Amino acid sequence: MATQSSRSAARIMMAPAVFLLLVWMLVPLCMTLWFSLRDYRPLRGGDLGFVGLENFARFVSSSSFWPAVFTTVLIVGGVLLVSIVFGVLLAMLLDQPMWGQGVVRILVIAPFFVMPTVSALVWKNMFMDPTNGVFAHIWRAFGADPVVWLTDVPILSLILIISWQWLPFATLILLTAFQSLDSEQLEAAEMDGANPLARFFFIALPHLSRAITIVILIQTIFLLAVFAEIFVTTGGAFGTRTLTYLIYQRVLESQNVGLGSAGGVYAIILANIVALFLMRIVGKNLDR
Amino acid sequence: MSRNTVLRTSSALALCIAANAAFADAHSTTITIATVNNGDMIRMQGYTDLFTEQTGIAVEWVTLEENVLRQRVTTDITTNGGQFDIMTIGMYEAPIWGANGWLVPLDGLSEDYNVDDILPAMRAGLSHDGTLYAAPFYGESSMVMYRTDLMEAAGLEMPAAPTWDFIREAAAAMDNPETGVNGICLRGKPGWGEGGAFINVTANSFGARVVDENWQAQLDSEEWANALNFFVNLMNDYGPDGYATNGFNENLSLFQQGLCGMWIDATVAASFVTNPNDSEVADSVGFALAPDNGLGVRSNWLWAWALAIPAGTQQSDAALQFIEWATSADYIELVAENEGWANVPPGARTSLYENPNYAEVPFAQMTLDSILAADPNSPTVDPVPYTGIQFMAIPEWAGFWTEVSQEFSNAYAGQQTVEEALARAQDIVNEAMEAAGYQ
Amino acid sequence: MARAVTTQRKALNTAIAWTVGFLIFFPILWTILTSFKTEAEAIANPPVILFFDWTLENYGVVQERSNYMRFLWNSIIIAGGSTLLGILIAVPAAWSMAFVPSRRTKDILLWMLSTKMLPAVGVLYPIYLLCIQLGVLDNRIALVVILMLINLPIIVWMLYTYFKEIPGEILEAARMDGAGLKEELLYVLTPMAIPGIASTILLNFILAWNEAFWTLNLTSVDAAPLTAFIASYSSPEGLFFAKLSAASTMAIAPILILGWFSQKQLVRGLTFGAVK
Repeated sequence: MATQSSRSAARIMMAPAVFLLLVWMLVPLCMTLWFSLRDYRPLRGGDLGFVGLENFARFVSSSSFWPAVFTTVLIVGGVLLVSIVFGVLLAMLLDQPMWGQGVVRILVIAPFFVMPTVSALVWKNMFMDPTNGVFAHIWRAFGADPVVWLTDVPILSLILIISWQWLPFATLILLTAFQSLDSEQLEAAEMDGANPLARFFFIALPHLSRAITIVILIQTIFLLAVFAEIFVTTGGAFGTRTLTYLIYQRVLESQNVGLGSAGGVYAIILANIVALFLMRIVGKNLDR
Repeated sequence: MSRNTVLRTSSALALCIAANAAFADAHSTTITIATVNNGDMIRMQGYTDLFTEQTGIAVEWVTLEENVLRQRVTTDITTNGGQFDIMTIGMYEAPIWGANGWLVPLDGLSEDYNVDDILPAMRAGLSHDGTLYAAPFYGESSMVMYRTDLMEAAGLEMPAAPTWDFIREAAAAMDNPETGVNGICLRGKPGWGEGGAFINVTANSFGARVVDENWQAQLDSEEWANALNFFVNLMNDYGPDGYATNGFNENLSLFQQGLCGMWIDATVAASFVTNPNDSEVADSVGFALAPDNGLGVRSNWLWAWALAIPAGTQQSDAALQFIEWATSADYIELVAENEGWANVPPGARTSLYENPNYAEVPFAQMTLDSILAADPNSPTVDPVPYTGIQFMAIPEWAGFWTEVSQEFSNAYAGQQTVEEALARAQDIVNEAMEAAGYQ
Repeated sequence: MARAVTTQRKALNTAIAWTVGFLIFFPILWTILTSFKTEAEAIANPPVILFFDWTLENYGVVQERSNYMRFLWNSIIIAGGSTLLGILIAVPAAWSMAFVPSRRTKDILLWMLSTKMLPAVGVLYPIYLLCIQLGVLDNRIALVVILMLINLPIIVWMLYTYFKEIPGEILEAARMDGAGLKEELLYVLTPMAIPGIASTILLNFILAWNEAFWTLNLTSVDAAPLTAFIASYSSPEGLFFAKLSAASTMAIAPILILGWFSQKQLVRGLTFGAVK
């Protein structure tokens, strides 16, 4: 067991990380809180004084607020769903014996290395463009009218683009979890006459639960902040304005820093609600 | 990491260090210029070495796409960040920033530069209270570009100053789903400078206005409903699929591929669509003034990309020297010599349009006529309290008009009706006017 | 114990997996192919897939227009620096959390992750003003620190889950043998932790490399990395698919190559201790 001296040593070793993160959290947070209480509009001459909670009232009463929250949930949820369902399937596939496993694995992880801006540009211009995009060519080859992706199915298009970037991450985590699955247990179940579906749901899936929670936790953090993909493709139109994008519009397009900061505070609150919920699950699974 | 990987990585690092060292040759004066990645600016970067040779002033370029550039320079100027010695800004920013004292007034321009040669409309749009704050690198209005071959085949002749009704008729005549040719291509992309600008000037020609003299939103007016309905019907009937995401770039590409009968957009596009290297239809493009509705206001805008010096810079002398070089008549000559007259930056100087060589360029006269037809001081049929044609020269415009144009684009995409879009736009504008303290 | 697998089964697996892999990789492949086409071929209808005149012209144009090496170098410095700095700070923290856990360890870990939830755009002005005050705009060191702070929670997490897997008995044995804290750390733990640290480095290098908000907004010339490079090609006047593809390929190539060399480590690093 740990001794008293190793305990205090541990505290010292933890201190730099904790201290730095505390500063990194508190300084922007306090500045955001400060700005959110002020009428700060850079193009109107900067800080125009204290306005109380007006920014908060204005941000939340805007007709864009609730749709933005809804869109955020839709996109985050959609991407999580796609990356977990397909991640599990892909991981199962990659876990099978085959020739050239290493190369296939490389092909599958590759999208993770692509910058969000680049991937959004490539998808928008070279795949989803209704005239010159690859999809349009395929549709036309089958005699169909090309789908105008970004306006006809904007949320689905965004989920597709973002999932493409995050699917590799989910697949990798799930793959390694699969590899540690006890094959003897599976064989025993097979002998007992359990069909493949039952084997999957009663043995494989419970084994994956920890990996899945980790995928959800890490991805949610990154997905809540998704920005470049929306900026490049739809610019927030067609019902794709997430909370992050709404804040961007308030701060940079409308140049109303006070209002945007109030939005930032709301975003923190919402993110923390999600986080609390997630951490309940993760916290439970972490101990296993 | 395997030893091999480490080795490879470290040798790659060593290469980079060596390469980095090569950049280290220091000049006595270096200016940093933020600019947009448009063709004329990219070309200017190619000639920078000549400027450095002449003056000994080195130039660092920060080239960004339009939206990112705007975000970068606005953050920097409002916080006095001092990251740039010259910023490329538009007609929207120049007077607002100038009024705030954030830009160095360009009153120290030399005799040779001949500031009076700048087109009056451009000079006025880049000034505040009679003081010039940014020098135009190129200027533009908007006009109709059309396919002469298709018009001929349809048995129509484009008047020099068409009406919207004629545009619709011509679009119907040229539209051909079998060959993939769309009757007309117009901007529907969200953003105040994209589809938002186009629909605003269209509405101007229909007698609509964004606000009345008391800054009350007017988007619930009949004129706005007429304008937006006309636009949506025209584009649904004869426009390309997915026009709600088409901006300048997308339409340019469609037109160059021969997929548009007409395209109403920036006059600078004329040199791109008539350039045989990029355009399949270079030989058969005609030009006309932007359409009107018989109400005395044409649907053309006025814009300039201009160079300005932020007040926070330590290098304002060197910056001024560069601006004089880049926006001078000599620079135009330089480009003409190397790339031909059709490729010089247009729309900034009167002398360019008096030059007999330039008069031979097919779109020169129409560009000038379009610019002259635009009046920022009376952009609408009914009076308005603001200046600017496709924008109101107030700081809030970019924010709320982007939101409005998003509502419109949603209507173009069929996600809501024109009436719903206008009702929402009305609320957005009133909310913004109230928040800005106008109401 | 692996079960015997018929050749047909293996062939089927291989076929399906390669098809899926190819589909997922296709957007990248298409970008790379397009970068070698002329602009006209890039938008040809029907599209040309392989039989076009391969040209390096686009790369030439991009290279002429921007100083690629400088952007690349900044990306390497910023991504590398922030990762190494992060590791230096995170290793002791993760070590102590894993081996000397207290009641609050889990809370601290979860709190660390929650610091990543402040939306970046909301704090652009505060951070920008702060950087002006400190005089660190367009400064590589400032970006190294900021990106380190952004990724620190992830680094601590990953290392924590790795260290957690190191069996406690080994430590006990070392202590019995009279090893002090220093010896324990240097001779017992470090060798066992090296693979985990290596994969943590890789993942964070990728995350830092792809970070596009702060790296774009806090830089202009001296510190601008590849994310700024790509912003000068993203929507030029006219659609230049081939040049855009060339620039995109140049922006992702270094990290793609690095990733390929080290994919085995990455696979380990991404487990987050999901494997027992």
